[in-house]
Amino acid sequence: MSEKKIVAMNPVGYPPTITQLGMAPRLDSLIGKTVYLVDCRFDDSDVFLRQMQAWFQEHMPGVSAVFVQKSGVYTEDDPRLFEEIKASGGAAVIGVGH
Amino acid sequence: MHAITLESQYGVPTVAIHTDRFEKAVRMTAYARGMPRQRQVFVPQPVMGKSPRELRAYVDGTDPITGRPVMEEVVEALTAPLGEEDRKKVSFERSTPRFAEPDTEENLHRLFLENQWTDRLPIVLPTEERVAQMLAATSHKPDEVVGRMRPTSTREAWEYTVEKVAVNAVMAGARPEYFPAILALAASQATARGSTTSSMAAMVVVNGPIRHEIGMNWGTGAMGPYNHANATIGRAYGLLSQNLQGGSVPGQTYLGSQGNNYAYNSITFAENEERSPWEPFHVQHGFKPGDSVVSIFTGCRSTAFTLGLRERYWREHVVNLLRGMDPHCPPTFVLDPITARQFVDRGGFDAKEKLIQWVYEHATLPAGQYWDYQLIQNYVYPRALNGVEPYATKLKAADDELIPMFRRDEIHVVVVGGETNGYWRIMGCNYQKSVSVDEWR
Repeated sequence: MSEKKIVAMNPVGYPPTITQLGMAPRLDSLIGKTVYLVDCRFDDSDVFLRQMQAWFQEHMPGVSAVFVQKSGVYTEDDPRLFEEIKASGGAAVIGVGH
Repeated sequence: MHAITLESQYGVPTVAIHTDRFEKAVRMTAYARGMPRQRQVFVPQPVMGKSPRELRAYVDGTDPITGRPVMEEVVEALTAPLGEEDRKKVSFERSTPRFAEPDTEENLHRLFLENQWTDRLPIVLPTEERVAQMLAATSHKPDEVVGRMRPTSTREAWEYTVEKVAVNAVMAGARPEYFPAILALAASQATARGSTTSSMAAMVVVNGPIRHEIGMNWGTGAMGPYNHANATIGRAYGLLSQNLQGGSVPGQTYLGSQGNNYAYNSITFAENEERSPWEPFHVQHGFKPGDSVVSIFTGCRSTAFTLGLRERYWREHVVNLLRGMDPHCPPTFVLDPITARQFVDRGGFDAKEKLIQWVYEHATLPAGQYWDYQLIQNYVYPRALNGVEPYATKLKAADDELIPMFRRDEIHVVVVGGETNGYWRIMGCNYQKSVSVDEWR
């Protein structure tokens, strides 16, 4: 092939600006709090999260680990559930994403 | 995605659980959505199909990425104080240069390959001169924004111009006269490189005068590698999808477990309007016969086939094919003209709509079996619970009651083939939209 240098155009599109979002303050402790185990409804996530609920009951009985299923398919938000979790003052574990 | 929403919009400390195969993908998503330090814990893949006992072992076990106990990480993610990096809110621009660095032809080919800008087949280098020739085939300005595309609904959408589409069209080996059809595909904003684990491909049906103008094939071998326009328009659609959406890289922006050979040219062909007994696909969808149109289907994975329609048991044979489809992936009948006419003769279907109605009524499953399909559980059952029709009504059926596998509006019919025989197939796929080619001339 020729050693002559040529110019080619870049085929990649233009990415959007990233605006970094702040994270929520963490809890001092989970004891006395509600931890929502949120099933995002993907491929047997419910079976996994119920095992995590059992772990909390055995190892951290002072934590109220509540299993909930998100409304709608896994890509859809569930504002009513999210408001409930916020009002509880607790935390959330959501899964299982793949 | 929901974890980021809970953190940023509801102020809830959250940890997301993922399987280890998705580490790169979820870290990239968290970064692009603005929470690069989102708390994530990983468990082994798969979760699907594992027993409660096996999944309890995941909970009691270690994160395969970090080697630390899963539950220790979960508790820490929710209680360990945030650092300065976690709390800050900043914005930053990302950009894409117009040109690659000047280099030899050999090195540029290597660069395009290493940057994963190709489908791993040789490409035509998009020099400024070649791109200018492509741009001359449309009245639209090079800097006009054509649309935005993303590999899946949870990823960020990237923007692209007429010029960026032209660069990819050149790479695919397309001729300038094909460019309006390629721009129409780009304007659909439907990706041919979805990141789904299901390894989907796209399918493109072209209708109207453009078929003749650029010499497309709707006859013998139309769905195979025997026509330059079919081959390169479809290839361009794949290349522009992967590059304009910001990538289709295995493990990062492509997660199809098995992959899909259909993706090389997105099953691109013209409808055989001249030999079809029915009105063309684009006319069914609101266009005039003289309009040139591309129609896009996605989710192509499954194909069923048979030869002709036998007099005695054709109904049962068609139903058997339909029962072989996943009910989440509706049927598009892809018929050789010989078989299209057989459907008219055997069933009296003198319009595509009559065949579609018959398929809707006869493609049924016992409700218990229908609801137990994994994809129905993932994508349809939650909607039924929310009262979305027709799924909510289906949910009321007893387990042994036969219910439709598909919605009527999801079933489609296209005619293609050269009548060398009456072979025909059913493609499991989702019709997305039809876009005017004429508007991109």
